[in-house]
Amino acid sequence: MDKFTELTAIAAPMPNENIDTDQIIPARFLKTIQRTGLGRSAFAAQRYDADGNEKPDFVLNQEPYRQAEILITYDNLGCGSSREHAPWALLDFGFRCVIAPSFADIFFNNCFKNGILPIRFPREICDLLMADARQGANARLTVNLAEQVVIRPDGEKIPFEVDPFRKHLLIEGLDDIGQTLAHDQKITRFESGEKRSWVPSVDMGAGQ
Amino acid sequence: MCAGFAPRTLFDKIWDDHVVERLEDGTCILYIDRHLVHEVTSPQAFEGLRLAGRRVRRPDATVAVVDHNVPTSDRSQPIEEADSRLQIETLEKNVAEFGVPYFPLLSASQGIVHVVGPEQGISLPGMTIVCGDSHTSTHGALGSLAFGIGTSEVEHVLATQTLLQKPAKNMRVRVEGAVGPGVTAKDIMLAIIGHIGTAGGTGHVIEFAGSAIRGLDMAGRMTLCNMSIEAGAKAGLVAPDETTFAYVKGRRFAPKGDDFEQACAYWRSLASDDGAVFDREVVLRAEDIVPSVTWGTSPQDVLPIDGVVPTPAEYKDPAQAAQVQRALDYMGLTAGQKIAGTKVDVVFIGSCTNSRLEDLRAAATVVKDRHVAENVRAMIVPGSGLVKQAAEAEGLDRIFLDAGFEWREAGCSMCLGMNPDRLTPQQRCASTSNRNFEGRQGPDGRTHLCSPAMAAAAAVTGELCDVRALMGLMSGSNAVREAV
Ligand code: SF4
Repeated sequence: MDKFTELTAIAAPMPNENIDTDQIIPARFLKTIQRTGLGRSAFAAQRYDADGNEKPDFVLNQEPYRQAEILITYDNLGCGSSREHAPWALLDFGFRCVIAPSFADIFFNNCFKNGILPIRFPREICDLLMADARQGANARLTVNLAEQVVIRPDGEKIPFEVDPFRKHLLIEGLDDIGQTLAHDQKITRFESGEKRSWVPSVDMGAGQ
Repeated sequence: MCAGFAPRTLFDKIWDDHVVERLEDGTCILYIDRHLVHEVTSPQAFEGLRLAGRRVRRPDATVAVVDHNVPTSDRSQPIEEADSRLQIETLEKNVAEFGVPYFPLLSASQGIVHVVGPEQGISLPGMTIVCGDSHTSTHGALGSLAFGIGTSEVEHVLATQTLLQKPAKNMRVRVEGAVGPGVTAKDIMLAIIGHIGTAGGTGHVIEFAGSAIRGLDMAGRMTLCNMSIEAGAKAGLVAPDETTFAYVKGRRFAPKGDDFEQACAYWRSLASDDGAVFDREVVLRAEDIVPSVTWGTSPQDVLPIDGVVPTPAEYKDPAQAAQVQRALDYMGLTAGQKIAGTKVDVVFIGSCTNSRLEDLRAAATVVKDRHVAENVRAMIVPGSGLVKQAAEAEGLDRIFLDAGFEWREAGCSMCLGMNPDRLTPQQRCASTSNRNFEGRQGPDGRTHLCSPAMAAAAAVTGELCDVRALMGLMSGSNAVREAV
């Protein structure tokens, strides 16, 4: 996973609520067995017409938003299915940061695990950033994770909250599994605990 | 969370019993009892294990099944769509390499992962259950903590049998009283989502309680918990009770004999304590709930079947008004029109929400001695091979086939159209599935979510209608109005 420290980039405005994971990546693109290559299909239904041509009025088909690395939306971003293909598609398109007043839980988690920083801001602040984003390439936003601030084009710094553990993993570019395996002995002890005696194994030879 | 003397909720108790370690910032290493795996969200996870030289820590707590991509037509034929075939073959290769138990395509035990888990006794009360699929919440009907995870977490569970999690907040939704005839668990859940909204449960685990919930059979409870995710919740739960134990007893992988009795004793102790504190509580009256359908492109766009479609001008917030207009345009509906009487092209009875034997029985009751309306394609997709067999043993297949329904093999099918079962653009579908998002059942397809009985009524009349009127279940002035 790539480290995330500071990002200065173009932000794409998508002033919609409830952008679900089916919109971010429609089900027909889930048949891949790889993590990469989905950027092309991100927001496919809004981005392309039935013949596969770009729809010019969709924000990600416009300059400079083709180069956007930050996405700004309204409430409940990433609701719907748990498909990690959604953050994969966003990442493959080039997004490293998503900003919204609220997120669906699974999507929020999935972002972190793929090196995308999700930031919650109140709606009023999202409105400000949305306005900045509408100004395109002249109005880049800076996201500084170490200091936990977003810096607007006019220099105003807006602080944000982030879980310290998630922040640490993002800044170091670490994956969770190695961290957890450091607790391997405790897991083993838990598994053999008395409280668990009723939990049966899935034995395919049994009960047929 | 501290396991002191303070009254605890069902969620708190299951959580406390699975914390392996609490890290400094409050993140817990949570032990996972059951990990269900399907072909769509697992390939990259197995690949990750392979690249890191890791094994599956507990193959005996893991079960794999193919469901999303599988054709629901003749299974003796090879799978036509190459990328679907590749995902299925990849899963088969992975389960063989890592020693994971697997229900293959041609086994009667194959089916939708959320139907198979409870049916086989793999999912049990008091467990932590995860799957790379948001509708894992279904298994919460047994009184287990079950939730969907992403592929990175699938890999994490495969490698460590744990997840890094922070406790969710507690919410309780109580539905008190008794629902009227023709009103099902699906209607209850649509009413709840219509009431609290698709983000109403965000950050919470919902415990469903109250007399109307206690009165539901396990299939109904699964329908309810299935759609917790549509209410934004992390998971849904119903406290295990005698209905639960009777359901679990004797299932293939459930504990047997003394082990079962011991397990029941433990499961009984899990109910929320009197005085347990919920961060949020919502109460609905069962009597107020009527058969419902969705009109728009979000599950919260719910209407009672005698309702009218909203008008954008009624919304003060211009963004909301625009959203409503967009949904109306997408759905091909006019502001202020009655939802009843809307013609449908397709009826889909299936999905992990409503494809169990009880659901098929409910639909068959409506369909019996009637025929699918002209120009309607109606299909039944049982949730598993075992559901299909059981339905055939009762003769339900004959009722459906005689009425002009398609009787198909088990899988996710038109719930999300990853297999060939898809809506074509602008086709309108009465569907027992759980999501009416734009394009969910096929590009530009139009979905109206409803119960199996309501879907069956739409199939035989060719339009969205009140199943109660069709079945002579209504009394009073309402009935007269609906019947004319
Ligand atoms: S039936 Fe639909 S909701 Fe359920 S697991 Fe399959 S695709 Fe997901």
